[in-house]
Amino acid sequence: MTEQGVGASLLRKEDDRLLRGRGQFVGDIRLAGMKDVAFVRSPLAHAKVGEIRIPDSCRGQVFTAADLEGVKPIVAVSGLAGFKVSEQPILAFEKVRQVGELIAMCVGDTRAKAEDVAACVEVDLDELPAVHDMIKAREAASALVHEHWGDNVFLETFVDVGIEAAFDAPIKVSREISTARQSMAPMEGRGTVAYWDSRMEQLVLYTGSQMPHIVRTGLAECLGLDHAQIRIISPDVGGGFGYKGILLPEDVCLGWLAMRCGHPLRWIEDRREHLTAGANCREHHYRITAYADRDGKLRGIDCEATVDSGAYSSYPFSACLEAAQVASILPGPYDFPAYRCRTWSVATNKCPILPYRGVARTGVCYALELILDAVAREAGLEPHEVRLKNLVKPEQMPFDNITKKHFDSGDYPEALERALAAMDLKAIRERQKHPEPDGRLIGIGHSIYCEQAAHGTSVYSGWGIPMVPGHEQATARVTPDGGLELRVGVHSHGQSMETTLAQVAHEILGIDIAKIKLVHGDTEYTPYSTGSWGSRCAVMAGGAVATASREIAGLAKRIGAHLLQADPNDVEVAHGKVVGPTGSVTFEEIAHTWYLRPQDLPMSVDPRGLESTIGFKPVRDSGTFSYAAHVALVAVDPEIGDIEILDYVIVEDGGKLINPMVVDGQIYGGLAQGIGTALYEEMNFDASGQPLASTFADYLLPGPTEVPAPRVDHMETLSPYTEFGVKGIGEGGAIAPPAAIGNAVNDALRPYGAELLRSPMTPRRVLEAICAASKEKSAEAEREEAA
Amino acid sequence: MKPVNFDYARPADVGAALALLADDSLSVKLMAGGQSLGPMLNMRLVQPDLLVDITGIEELKRVEDRANEIVLGACITHADIEDLRVPDVTCGALPSVARGIAYRAVRNRGTMGGSLTHADPSADWLSILSTLGAKVTLRGRSGGRTIPVEDYMLGALEADLRPGEMLVSITVPKLSRSARWGYYKSCRKTGEFAHAIGAFLVDPDRGVSRAVIGATESRPIVIAEATHLVGDGKAERLDLAFDSHAAGAAIEAAGMADPIDRQTHVVALRRAIERAHTA
Repeated sequence: MTEQGVGASLLRKEDDRLLRGRGQFVGDIRLAGMKDVAFVRSPLAHAKVGEIRIPDSCRGQVFTAADLEGVKPIVAVSGLAGFKVSEQPILAFEKVRQVGELIAMCVGDTRAKAEDVAACVEVDLDELPAVHDMIKAREAASALVHEHWGDNVFLETFVDVGIEAAFDAPIKVSREISTARQSMAPMEGRGTVAYWDSRMEQLVLYTGSQMPHIVRTGLAECLGLDHAQIRIISPDVGGGFGYKGILLPEDVCLGWLAMRCGHPLRWIEDRREHLTAGANCREHHYRITAYADRDGKLRGIDCEATVDSGAYSSYPFSACLEAAQVASILPGPYDFPAYRCRTWSVATNKCPILPYRGVARTGVCYALELILDAVAREAGLEPHEVRLKNLVKPEQMPFDNITKKHFDSGDYPEALERALAAMDLKAIRERQKHPEPDGRLIGIGHSIYCEQAAHGTSVYSGWGIPMVPGHEQATARVTPDGGLELRVGVHSHGQSMETTLAQVAHEILGIDIAKIKLVHGDTEYTPYSTGSWGSRCAVMAGGAVATASREIAGLAKRIGAHLLQADPNDVEVAHGKVVGPTGSVTFEEIAHTWYLRPQDLPMSVDPRGLESTIGFKPVRDSGTFSYAAHVALVAVDPEIGDIEILDYVIVEDGGKLINPMVVDGQIYGGLAQGIGTALYEEMNFDASGQPLASTFADYLLPGPTEVPAPRVDHMETLSPYTEFGVKGIGEGGAIAPPAAIGNAVNDALRPYGAELLRSPMTPRRVLEAICAASKEKSAEAEREEAA
Repeated sequence: MKPVNFDYARPADVGAALALLADDSLSVKLMAGGQSLGPMLNMRLVQPDLLVDITGIEELKRVEDRANEIVLGACITHADIEDLRVPDVTCGALPSVARGIAYRAVRNRGTMGGSLTHADPSADWLSILSTLGAKVTLRGRSGGRTIPVEDYMLGALEADLRPGEMLVSITVPKLSRSARWGYYKSCRKTGEFAHAIGAFLVDPDRGVSRAVIGATESRPIVIAEATHLVGDGKAERLDLAFDSHAAGAAIEAAGMADPIDRQTHVVALRRAIERAHTA
């Protein structure tokens, strides 16, 4: 490791502008003549759309579905057998299927004026019964979101690996476990600025996107344009978490109108739109049974999982990424012999469910880790004893699990044991024997997961969604002054890639990272990529940058060797120089010679110069498996129901860490979101499908005082398949906390015999669980008395 | 989330504000700190023709220190109380509660009069001022009236304001040295709206024993004679006398049907009482 290379905790290059408020986000862009857009949105969850009346005073400022001639709806199919296709209209016609669905686009000189116009538009809506409960939605009598389907199921999947063999297990524990619907909450919402560039004959669309190239592909399909006619620019992005990977109907609307209206247009999502109409995620329901021997050895897991997919299949991840993944990832980091899982992706009259950091894993981890603690209670064992009995062992690595997931490397038991040692389990068990002075109850809980990341072609071709990642490409180019330019198609929405990818190139070329510039977030300048999702950037873009940098090293060595009058086989690249047996030349001299003094080079010089675009795939593309053990110590107030996190330990293994400080940042942010899932965040709906939170006063996020400073420890088990042995870790922080905190709360409530099985674990749910347990106890006592 | 077009006025005295309020042809809204009204304007829940910003009125920022009470202008901010720019006559009760209102940014602008008039049941001022026996003074073009804080709130988001009237000041009685008070609120996170508030005051020298259960669905539940709940205030540990059944009955009588809500509010009051000896 050098001071700037792979493994260095460098301060971030992007901090200078971001921390001084000099970043450029979509909302900062001002174009001459730009007008604002506001939308008329459906106030009802399910209704027939009748007449839309536009006052004469607003003519020319309002556009409806009738205007969008030739524009195609957003369609995101899955190749999985039985998938039912939805068409998400750009502007509603015939029917609206969710609150907030777009009905009309309104233009004004300012957003306030555009909202004035929107307020003048009258829409006749004939309300239909809303489908708001995903479990009832599967019943035959349910109203239908898409009538021609005949039911409300996007997709049903089923897998059975000899579950019958587990039925005679002495321990059988069944639970109903669920996670609430949430709304992702990046600091920056969505936003789009669009105009038609008549010189380039191009629609230029600025949008904060994790995957600008996929937005271009989706937009080209909807608008019927060539790719060359669209340029997507994703400037600084203030958090994405999955929401900014989605092609929105708003993008299509603005693109369509920008081609016709002669001036730039802007739509900046406000927080009400974001919460009620946009960024929904996470709503899972499990009926899960664990079979085990008395010593805690798992005999099998049997599960029925339902995911509320909302009204439409969103582009490009589709409506069933979550539920279909549940079946394949539910076994977690464990080795057990029998498994059955049935999943349903259910359509309801809510916003489409979108992939949120951790995607299906947060729900899966919650269900599996809570049931394992229930097994431990049933068997009279410590929860970690049950886990250690079942975790895949390091000597089994690489390991193909029961759903054919290929775990590349790792020592799961070590992570768990280290985390528990950091918390001193024994001392806590001792402490629990005596009442706390403040009357609260102490509980310790843990969870462990593994996270498949950067999975590629072989995995995604099976899902059959609109995009399948292949080779990830990068361009590396030495500039005439000896600097290095990197161009990648992934985009940072907070991942610090301007720093970390420079570190990767520096590791190979030794060029000072101050002279390495990352260009990303613009389809015009970067190689095609599926973008930033699935914790893939470090592995894939990092691998591509490493590969391109090695190409540059080879090209520079040949020119350098000529200048040194040495054999190319006798020179090396080090510290930004080509070093030969008798001397060295800097990249600056080499670049100057190639670009500006070609007369010093022989005719036989490599015509590729000092530039390379090249693709990368790991040795195996089945994904890296990072993992972590989380341990939470909580105090539960049994009178008020408050839960306080007293201490939090994370032991994680992300393989080789390119920049450990950046990884820590990822973990802290993920933990905050995981705490949100565990204790605060909940998007409720009433029976008519109305979302009940439209501001952050109603939709609670954890703040700085609710997120403890975690103690983080790293293991570094290299992946055998990637450059430097790195693994993707972007999502893990958000996966484990609800399960660890949930188990800690249930541990604290053991004296009451109460159990919480739904997130978020609110004060009311704590009190209800205590109440239910005490009723159960007194009923039991009565039964005994009667007997 | 942008407001409708409205006019804006910033009168220099109460008379001018009342003159603007008197125009029946306009929908007029007073703005004291704007911390609740601002978001309501943005969401177009309120669509006034004219917004009258009363924070430029010197009288409304005045403090009058009388023999047995202090009179606070309606536009005294939460931070004015918190930072003791206003003399404390409540043995620390008001500054202590002020510190827990929302976030500092809100406290810098939010005003006591604005909060009381907004009449959000979960607001802190409503509960603690009812506990202290404070009164509000309202003024219209035809004169003024003074009523107890708890009567000023008619229901959730509804204050007892007659047409053309505005709140000009809050009068807080001075506590005696032997007074003891307690305040407890249950929030899920720092700065969040309260889900339950308990507050009490015993001031044996003045013969006062009051308890308030706040953050209900509507008006705070005021128990004006609370000796059966908190005793006469002379015992070392007041909480030992606490009768949770009586408190629960009072809450139920006030219409709170949900047992978990009731439990939370009873506990909040008991904890307020427990805090008395550390206050």
